[in-house]
Amino acid sequence: MWNYDKKLQYPINIKNTNPKLAQFIISQYGGPDGELAASLRYLSQRYSMPFEIARAALNDIGTEELAHLEMIGTIVHQLTKNLTPEQVKAQGFGPYYVDHGLGVYPQSAAGTPFTAAALQVKGDLIADLNENLAAEQKARATYENILKLADDPDVIEPIKFLRAREIVHYQRFGEVLRKAEEMINHKKKYGIGLKDC
Amino acid sequence: MNRDKQCALNELMQLDFRLKDLHLYLDTHPTDQRAIDEFNKTASKAKLMRENFEKLYYPLTVNDKENNTCPWQWVKSPWPWENNENGGMK
Repeated sequence: MWNYDKKLQYPINIKNTNPKLAQFIISQYGGPDGELAASLRYLSQRYSMPFEIARAALNDIGTEELAHLEMIGTIVHQLTKNLTPEQVKAQGFGPYYVDHGLGVYPQSAAGTPFTAAALQVKGDLIADLNENLAAEQKARATYENILKLADDPDVIEPIKFLRAREIVHYQRFGEVLRKAEEMINHKKKYGIGLKDC
Repeated sequence: MNRDKQCALNELMQLDFRLKDLHLYLDTHPTDQRAIDEFNKTASKAKLMRENFEKLYYPLTVNDKENNTCPWQWVKSPWPWENNENGGMK
């Protein structure tokens, strides 16, 4: 289960609305390499992980992704708060506004609703860990694309924080993968696996 | 949000972030005694900071509170996605 903490993982206080930028950033909410996909990917894969550190890393990184989902939702919300119809029209926010008003809907920047087709749960240690390494790199690249399009320091700072977390998660998944390969090689060589480590 | 409150919350956020980062590191390095010592030290600082913030301002979690008064404070305090109080938009 989860406990809710009434604070963000990193502070976000955006002073100026910018619905155009919100439409780009919403991809990290419900897009193919976004935080919702990340959390569901890891939290679903954890059940079939066959050793201790893999279960822990997937559970705990998946949990941190939920905090990142909240940060992205907060950025989108603060960038689109109290818009006037003129601002909606002038900044190309009309199509989104017609379907979702000023609510935060999980979709990609191109408007595709969130789909679990963007993630995979293979029930296979090596396949799943490699999927996750790629997922962290894709999320990192997405944040870098967003940083190229953003010019508001109130937005840039939290996005830089999130980008850095992708790199840390990539590192942790790499450590789990190396351990998994070590165990598999040990099993091949001696006919037994290390039960738990 | 007033300045003292924001500072206190930011300080707690920093400590909790340090804990989260050490937590993930320890998941893949469970025998690193130095990191465990660092986690323990940071956790006791964060606990004090959290208790202090909650005493002065508002509850950050619900289940560990046993002296709740009426009205239910949880619905009264700001949510993290709101920025009205601290110089954001109206």
